[in-house]
Amino acid sequence: MAIANIMLVDDEVPFVEAMTKRLARRGLEVEQAFNGSDALKKLTGESKTEVVILDVKMPGMDGIETLKAIKAQAPLVEVIMLTGHATVESAIEGMKLGAFDYLMKPCDMDHLIAKVSDAAARKRQQEEKIISARIKEITSRMA
Amino acid sequence: MATMKLLLVDDEADFLNTLLKRMKRRDVDVAGVNSGEAALEWLETHPADVIILDVRMPGMDGIETLRAIKKHHPLVEVIMLTGHASMEVAIEGMEMGAFDYLMKPMDMDDLLYKAEDAFKKKTIHENKIQRRVKNLV
Amino acid sequence: MNPKSTSLTPYYRTLTRNIVLLVMVISLAPMVIVTGIILNQFSASYHEKVFAHLEELVLKHKRNIDGFLVEKLENIRFLVEDVDFGKLQQEDMLAEHLSRLQSAYGTVFVDLGIVNEAGQQIAYAGPFKLGNARYADAEWFKQAIHNPYYTSDVFLGLRGSPHFIITVRKPWQGKNYILRATIDFVSFNRLVEQVRIGETGFAYILNREGQFQTKPIFDFTPTRDIYDRYFATLERMEKEVEIQERLDGTGVKCLYVSALLKNGDWLLVYKQVSNDAFSNLHNAQIIAIVFFILGGIVIVALAISMSAKMVRRIATSDTEKEIMNQQVIETGKLASVGELAAGIAHEINNPVAIMVEEAGWLQDLMADGAFESEEDIKEFERALNQIRVQGRRCKEITHKLLSFARKTDSRIEDFEVGPLLEELVSLSAQRAKYSNVELVTHLDEKLPAISASQSELQQVFLNLINNALDAMEKAGGVLEINAHQNDGKIVIEVADNGPGIPKANLARIFDPFFTTKPVGSGTGLGLSICYGIIHKMGGEIAVKSAVDVGTTFSIRLPIKTSESDDPETEETVSETENQ
Repeated sequence: MAIANIMLVDDEVPFVEAMTKRLARRGLEVEQAFNGSDALKKLTGESKTEVVILDVKMPGMDGIETLKAIKAQAPLVEVIMLTGHATVESAIEGMKLGAFDYLMKPCDMDHLIAKVSDAAARKRQQEEKIISARIKEITSRMA
Repeated sequence: MATMKLLLVDDEADFLNTLLKRMKRRDVDVAGVNSGEAALEWLETHPADVIILDVRMPGMDGIETLRAIKKHHPLVEVIMLTGHASMEVAIEGMEMGAFDYLMKPMDMDDLLYKAEDAFKKKTIHENKIQRRVKNLV
Repeated sequence: MNPKSTSLTPYYRTLTRNIVLLVMVISLAPMVIVTGIILNQFSASYHEKVFAHLEELVLKHKRNIDGFLVEKLENIRFLVEDVDFGKLQQEDMLAEHLSRLQSAYGTVFVDLGIVNEAGQQIAYAGPFKLGNARYADAEWFKQAIHNPYYTSDVFLGLRGSPHFIITVRKPWQGKNYILRATIDFVSFNRLVEQVRIGETGFAYILNREGQFQTKPIFDFTPTRDIYDRYFATLERMEKEVEIQERLDGTGVKCLYVSALLKNGDWLLVYKQVSNDAFSNLHNAQIIAIVFFILGGIVIVALAISMSAKMVRRIATSDTEKEIMNQQVIETGKLASVGELAAGIAHEINNPVAIMVEEAGWLQDLMADGAFESEEDIKEFERALNQIRVQGRRCKEITHKLLSFARKTDSRIEDFEVGPLLEELVSLSAQRAKYSNVELVTHLDEKLPAISASQSELQQVFLNLINNALDAMEKAGGVLEINAHQNDGKIVIEVADNGPGIPKANLARIFDPFFTTKPVGSGTGLGLSICYGIIHKMGGEIAVKSAVDVGTTFSIRLPIKTSESDDPETEETVSETENQ
């Protein structure tokens, strides 16, 4: 199993490309999205994404809007905001809206992976809880 | 660590009142309301850390209430309160971001344990935010 | 700006002059009026007083003199009536009576004589040897023989010294005789001589021929006509005393107080130089005028010094205000630049992040030790190229920012607005992109130059663009920037199709500290600064807005004129208007 399944959402294509390569090399499954609505589209259905790394400032839907939409559409998916110095406030705003944490851009690879792992762990913990509840439900129904 | 503020949401007044009484005896900071609408109204004016939410209620049901709570107060943790028949709903709630579920009738210690757990998760996240804000300054 | 504190500009000089004039008029006018009225009143009452006094004086003396004449006549008449006329013709008797008169009345009576009808003096008593004097041809005799009493004018007569005589006709033994008494001129003269007031006041008596009947203290030749007129006036008006003020023969203004004597034969005239008569009044007037002048000088001096002080104060406070305004503009500039910087920081952060990641990727590859294969080398080249591309992107951004930052001084210079607007649009492009705003420009080519401060104008447009972007941040939209020439002005419009400004706010939009942004995020100064800057340039700024349709700011700037000092004057004008 990969360290985590992540989705990179940023309007800077070369940045996403470079990050993807580097993260993949470190054992992360990376999906790419270049704007908010693209990300939402890819999060539906059978998406394996556990953690979304989301740029705060994007044309079209900005980071905060996208975060809200993700939290409404896929509440269990953890989101890490990606921000420059000028938009840290927005990133913190994102945390108050349920984002797991934020990261400064450009970011340290190890730092990023650590945060992604934490976020993924939290998500998996919640999923385990749900799975055990399901098992309980099924066993109780059978009984 | 600040004390946890609990909110109980259940339409059955007898059940709600007994639960409130028992919790207050244990010095838990708890309040109770009897509908989803009332819960949202309560949250507008009162802070709460953890909400124990009955899934079956007339008017706004548990899932609707949960969705509204998560939308307007994303950091508030919710524990779904369910009967055997509505287990499915509780699971749906958890998939929508509820912290956990509890089966009615529940053990008081169990409830408080889970609530504390949820509160811890919320506190950790809030502390993280506070640290980030401090770093900003 | 600063020279104002050392030498005042024409505006302040005019202000000083106006204040000085105003203060002088306001303080001098009442002083003039009050002093004038008081002097006039005083002069009138003083004239009245002097006239009354002189009238009384002259009247008293007229009565005195008339009384004297009547008394002397009575003395002689008494002598004629009471004493046996026959005896009187004896010279020793006559002499005895003379000495009796002299002992009673002093030396008033000089001599006595009795003249018969033929004018032959038949008896004489006195110091002169006039025993047989003949008076048949003497003027007085002709009068005396026809009148029961007669007082003559002053004449030299036989004795050759001025005197006058009183005669009483006495019919005796069928013939008329005349008793003649000579009145001592000196003692008569003394009656008139006593009338002395001030330095120039004196009296004299004239007969109808205009001859002196007394010896005036100041010798002069009386003008007949004038005295004739006095005679006529006094007789016609039936007044006892007449007062006139006129120029005398030497052109000095004098007071003439006259009264008839001796049943209108003589005229008593009191003459005094007006200045002397009214010397007290003149003194008062002089004192008043001196005080007036001194007061006036003090007022003028105070008006000038105080106005100068006041205007200097005003100038100083104007300068301070100007500096304040400049500081506010600077602050506003910092705020708008700050907003811009946030956008640019992000813009520059993106390529930096890419470079860091690409460099990291290269390190990753090198850590694997796999840079032998052609594929790896290609990847290296690609990554390095990407780093170069992103580096260039950073350079462009810093260049843009530098060219913006370089225009920080508020010097007035001539330039075209087109390039300035384009530069601002390119600087704002990134922010616009993230706010989902499309930037559209319609800039007429070859717009004439304007004369203004580039940095200040930059600030204005940056402010307007930032505001528009803020307004459209939520929903996005289109921001249109147009520039064209119209009516000798350059018209620049910044139009958004954002939510618009409610009517209630529209009127206050240029007010300082008016803001709809939450506390802490807007100073409320941006648009008021824009307003200030544009008006300082002699331009206009206006806003049109409709809710849900959009907002258009239009700025009209004057095209640069050939006279270089023109904007200067316009500047002061608009400044005063603003105050």
